[in-house]
Amino acid sequence: MYPAPFCYHRPGSLDEAVGLLSELGEAAKPLAGGQSLIPILKLRMDEPTDLVDIARLPGLHFMQNGDENMRIGALSTHAHIGRSDLASAVPILSDCANGIADPQVRARGTIGGSVSSADPSCDWPTLLYTLDAEIVCHSKAGNRTVPIREFIRDSYTTILDYAELVTEIRFKAPPANSGGAYIGFKKSASAYPTAAVGVQLTLADGNVCQNVRLALGAAGPRPVTSDEAERLLCGKVLTSALLKQAAEAIVEAADPPADARGSSDFKRAILRSLFMQAAHRAIERAGGAQIMGKHEYV
Amino acid sequence: MSEAIQRIPVEITINGTCYKREIEPRMLLVEFLREEIGLTGTHIGCDTSYCGACTLILDGDAVKSCTLFAVQADGGEIVTVEGLEKDGELHPLQQAFSQEHGLQCGYCTPGMLMSSLVLLADKPDPGEKDIRKCLSGNLCRCTGYQNIVKAVQAAAKELREGR
Repeated sequence: MYPAPFCYHRPGSLDEAVGLLSELGEAAKPLAGGQSLIPILKLRMDEPTDLVDIARLPGLHFMQNGDENMRIGALSTHAHIGRSDLASAVPILSDCANGIADPQVRARGTIGGSVSSADPSCDWPTLLYTLDAEIVCHSKAGNRTVPIREFIRDSYTTILDYAELVTEIRFKAPPANSGGAYIGFKKSASAYPTAAVGVQLTLADGNVCQNVRLALGAAGPRPVTSDEAERLLCGKVLTSALLKQAAEAIVEAADPPADARGSSDFKRAILRSLFMQAAHRAIERAGGAQIMGKHEYV
Repeated sequence: MSEAIQRIPVEITINGTCYKREIEPRMLLVEFLREEIGLTGTHIGCDTSYCGACTLILDGDAVKSCTLFAVQADGGEIVTVEGLEKDGELHPLQQAFSQEHGLQCGYCTPGMLMSSLVLLADKPDPGEKDIRKCLSGNLCRCTGYQNIVKAVQAAAKELREGR
């Protein structure tokens, strides 16, 4: 399958890249790892006039565990993130990075591309909701930093201007006694998840939940959150009964579309089950347990 | 696009030989190999990034060459299934796939071999789980995978103990 013809550009710097995108206009698209974009182009769901290849731009391929913020360069691949010290320090990152698609896709796909595509089934946006991450965007006008919850506006829609690129993802290092888990349920490795759940929490003395962030993926046009479910858990000892109540509350807020991956009811059932698994794993990790993550296959 | 079709010069090293060509930017890497260079060992299976038949090694990573433009591989080093055999002798992985019956129709085999080669470079003594995880992006509709796993284990042993 051939995509429609396009002109190819390979700028040498970030400024040159945003300059080119600005000059070429809305019909041009940036190309990073291409693992979402190229299938879209091959199916001719999009026919950009120009592709600006940003994969080799210097300075956007890094992972940094700073005092204030953890920072991930937008061109970091899923594979690099999955193997990084950052992923060892924050296990929910490892769950996500090492569970996306298959090794071949992880070797090419980038976190910046995943976030920018805002595909409702993409793993990174959902995961980044649980860490209250911020997205650093760069255009000719300079930088702006936008919380992920504002960055994603709708399915396949972000606040990015056509001549603006994501350069960095940052979030606060989770405090002591924190744990998280991200589980995606997939029909096969290469497939997008049918449903996914992320839970990141901090426990205080007596296993009381001090802080919690919950997000569901592939469960609506944007990652699904629930203030009600988070309020239910905060300040309480996390029993299975309480977690089940929270699962009901957040799944109630979900609107998973019926499609080839399953009916809405089927997806809701999967979401409830994944929620319980992810919450229990997050609690164990907050208590210091070392548990390898894995995506569940049918 | 109303103007003449753009052609981009690329230099890509494939199995140790550097090839220079001028290509249309929309040409996929797998098509570059098969149509431009004439190396047809890398197969096009699903053409949608699912099946892994088109897997090759680019700069040390197993990648799906149906989901990569050839211009993106400019300056890169590629190993394809044709690069495995040395001096008329099959690579231990190829021998093991043959001996352990790790293929039936053989369509997925080039991709299986290339993914496995990357795994063995990283983990000389992989467990069954490592192998299955490594091959999770490579589909086989004949074997049921059992013998593929056995073949990779046999090749790993052969490579560890030296030929």
